Amino acid sequence: MSTEVVETTRETVSPIFGRLSLDWIPYHEPILIGTFLAIALGGLALLAVMTRYRLWVPFYKNWVITVDHKKIGIMYMVLGFIMMVRGFADALMMRAQQALAAGGAEGYLPPHHFDQVFTAHGVIMIFFVAMAFVTGIMNFVMPTQIGARDVAFPFLNNFSFWMTVAGALLVNVSLFIGEFARVGWLAFPPLSGASFSTGPGMDYYLWSLQIAGIGTTLSGINLIATIFKMRAPGMKMFDMPVFTWTALCTNILIVAAFPVLTATLTLLTLDRYLGTHFFTNDLGGNAMMYVNLIWIWGHPEVYILILPLFGVYSEIVATFSGKPLFGYKTMVWATCCIMVLSFLVWLHHFFTMGSGASVNTFFGITTMIISVPTGAKIFNWLFTMYKGRVRFEVPMLWTIGFIVTFTIGGMTGVMLAIPPVDFQLHNTLFLIAHFHNVIIGGVVFGVYAAVTYWWPKAFGFKLDDKWSKRTFWFWLTGFYLAFMPLYALGLMGATRRMAQYMDTGWQIYFIAAACGAVLILFGILSTFIGFAVSIKNRKALACGSDPWNARTLEWATQSPIQPYNFPQVIHVHGRDEFWHMKQTGFKWSTDYTPIHMPKSTATGALIALFALGFGFAMVWYIWWLAILSLFACIAIGIAHTFNYNRDYYIPVDEVAKTESKGATA
Amino acid sequence: MTMLDTPVTGPVKGPEGPDSHPDHHHESPTPIGFWIYLMSDCIIFGVLFATYAVLGYNYAGGPAPKDLFEADFVLIETALLLFSSITFGVAMLQAEAHRLDNALKWLVVTGLLGLGFIGMEIYEFHHLIHIGAGPDRSAFLSAFFVLVGTHGLHVTCGIIWLVTLMVQLRMHGLTSANMQRLSTLSMFWHFLDLIWIGVFSFVYLVRLI
Amino acid sequence: MSDHSNHSHGTMNQLMTGFVLAAILTVIPFGIILGEPDFSRYIKIGIIMGFAALQIIVHLVYFLHLNSKAEGGWTIAATILAVVILVIVLAGSLWVMHNMNENMMPMPDMDKMMSLQSQQG
Repeated sequence: MSTEVVETTRETVSPIFGRLSLDWIPYHEPILIGTFLAIALGGLALLAVMTRYRLWVPFYKNWVITVDHKKIGIMYMVLGFIMMVRGFADALMMRAQQALAAGGAEGYLPPHHFDQVFTAHGVIMIFFVAMAFVTGIMNFVMPTQIGARDVAFPFLNNFSFWMTVAGALLVNVSLFIGEFARVGWLAFPPLSGASFSTGPGMDYYLWSLQIAGIGTTLSGINLIATIFKMRAPGMKMFDMPVFTWTALCTNILIVAAFPVLTATLTLLTLDRYLGTHFFTNDLGGNAMMYVNLIWIWGHPEVYILILPLFGVYSEIVATFSGKPLFGYKTMVWATCCIMVLSFLVWLHHFFTMGSGASVNTFFGITTMIISVPTGAKIFNWLFTMYKGRVRFEVPMLWTIGFIVTFTIGGMTGVMLAIPPVDFQLHNTLFLIAHFHNVIIGGVVFGVYAAVTYWWPKAFGFKLDDKWSKRTFWFWLTGFYLAFMPLYALGLMGATRRMAQYMDTGWQIYFIAAACGAVLILFGILSTFIGFAVSIKNRKALACGSDPWNARTLEWATQSPIQPYNFPQVIHVHGRDEFWHMKQTGFKWSTDYTPIHMPKSTATGALIALFALGFGFAMVWYIWWLAILSLFACIAIGIAHTFNYNRDYYIPVDEVAKTESKGATA
Repeated sequence: MTMLDTPVTGPVKGPEGPDSHPDHHHESPTPIGFWIYLMSDCIIFGVLFATYAVLGYNYAGGPAPKDLFEADFVLIETALLLFSSITFGVAMLQAEAHRLDNALKWLVVTGLLGLGFIGMEIYEFHHLIHIGAGPDRSAFLSAFFVLVGTHGLHVTCGIIWLVTLMVQLRMHGLTSANMQRLSTLSMFWHFLDLIWIGVFSFVYLVRLI
Repeated sequence: MSDHSNHSHGTMNQLMTGFVLAAILTVIPFGIILGEPDFSRYIKIGIIMGFAALQIIVHLVYFLHLNSKAEGGWTIAATILAVVILVIVLAGSLWVMHNMNENMMPMPDMDKMMSLQSQQG
């Protein structure tokens, strides 16, 4: 794993293995060997258990090839949690390193390893944790909220998921074969260009994001079409639950912003592979153009992450206050405003790049403006609680934790929106504290709220209350202890991405932050213990179809939700339809009709598998494998179009049987 | 009641059968879904146009547009694409009138025009690289090659799709599933012609003034 | 069995109208370059870009059959949003990058330096 430029540019490319050689297996790094052994042993144990209990066939039939949006949603959540463990391990390593490496001490991570760790942490947390969670929640909840049987394009949904997994796998392969990028999560050139990042790490970054990006864009298209075309009869746009609205705006942002990422990364890829001059230092290239383009995607991206969770909080606040959401229309319009405005603020990420006062002023002002609709939302949630009978169940705890934490994060964001202030704080730990404040306080808290809230819908039993509360308190206190010191450090001038620093006065803050990270570790452990305990006690925790006395359609059908979602078509009359159904004593009739459903297919997983092969081959310059894999992807895709037999009917007696079982359970 | 039984369709609906729902074609999410895809593709092109606009004057001492582009060559390319749009339109009308053979003939013409366009583009690229004006010469040429090449790649995909669909039309005839596919491909094809308007105006003509 | 699409894919008349309009809007910009008329540079740019914009609209209306009613208005809504974002990306990038170049230290001989460097390298 050489950092010498000269040495690695002369590497040999073999026709069979490309530039992959045994030197790229990091067997001399004890940390990686340990990780590898742990993962290998864990993996082997898992394989053994699956074989022992004959789970392979059910796993394949019920999960790998499924087109059921609920199962795909759950798989996204599983992916998110697994990748969160990986990303959080990176975070712990950084916190430990910085707690140690003060005043000349070197810590335990060599710089080239530390650089890979912070890059991997950012990439994984954004693309494979936050995005996976957000897509998973939208997949699971949104179609059931609008009374649909599935998404508009069920096969595409399965394909999108497996492409995301392929991207995630490629990132993790880099852990044991080769290296990961050492360039920061957005990979600015010229550092990420061919002359300064010679190894395969940067190529792992590019190909994994491209592969996962295809999945994300297609899933965005899919969910928009679902909202446009699949709503239950009678449901007008302004009858849709707020979560569905935020899902709509999020997916519009995905479809509008991710192409920018795809195009920008493609240009960087061409710079690296074909010697073009988009972002190089010579022959007319301009690295600033990359910064400009990547943030045109990057800023909408942060709203892609937070908007669905705004929707989650809205549903939870209304349910646990026992009132309709205050200011439904304001909420919808605020979401739409944020959607458009999020495309007008990107330059605030690089005020210091060298633009003039007029440009910086414009983007400073638009940034401050975007905080107005967000503020309006905070007031809507508060007014929903006002004079309501608030039940402090766990989802509500997360929501209140969010409102307080996110407000603090929002205010530090407005501070950073002031260009002169930003010149002081740019690339300091103040910025790091700010965006963790909004992403943990907004996205992570929201994901936990959503998981606790919709878990009973997915599995038919509630999560263990005690462990859920422990998770909450560990995360909340851990967050404040881990990131408040970073605000202080940033104001003192500590920059981000430092493997070592000289000022020993900073060390105590870094140690405090490391302690906070340990508290968060307990939070994550509590999460998994909580899942295990709840699954063990699922009989005792079993609940009906509507455990929270909720207001929207997904609670009208049995838990766990059957493949067809609803035994009959629901005719919607207005907002909070399920609430009205409960008021009028709604009962499902037993007069069933055959239900039209999409068939499962292995095509999506298969194409994604070859896409993974393609990505790996491109990283290592194994051209024959790249050509074969690409050809396989295209051929399988075309072959799939020759299959016209894609749907089937669930017969009436089968529907009747499942429904009567659900009624007695 | 049956309203909700139809929405769950893949990107393409199944073939016409006695138990399918011919009355629910308007429910198909494919047209709007594909349109949204086209819009997102349009933004990819938007980024490439923006890159060309920003970097297109960085010649790095190398050749400039006036040294390389020839308007009459581009005019022929433009004509090929425009004619192919028309022939696809005619094929579509023939298909709607249930004249399969005529529709296929017009699709063949469309494909040939598309191939002619791709052939000219390959010739142009080859020529430029041959005279030392390849994509690695300057930022201007990088932006030019990638923008025009991306469009060409789309047209190539369109031709592969066209051939596939012609096979499927031969196999199954003008079923509603195939009509759906044909009209989706027609959207794609017309869209590529639309992008080309931007290319010939903004990439070629304006730079020849 | 496929009458649904008769309305959405127009008629021969529409197709031909679109073709004639598109042909005119193509030929004139090419004429400006090939015929080398005696207009000022900016008028030429204006004509070429203006005609391109018009032709895009012609294609949208006559070939892609975009109208405010198709798909409950969602196609036109999606198109308008895409145009807004395209304008933001194009105009924004140009403005930001131009403004930055203006504010950078002038480097007049950059191209020369680069070609020298690449010759040496």
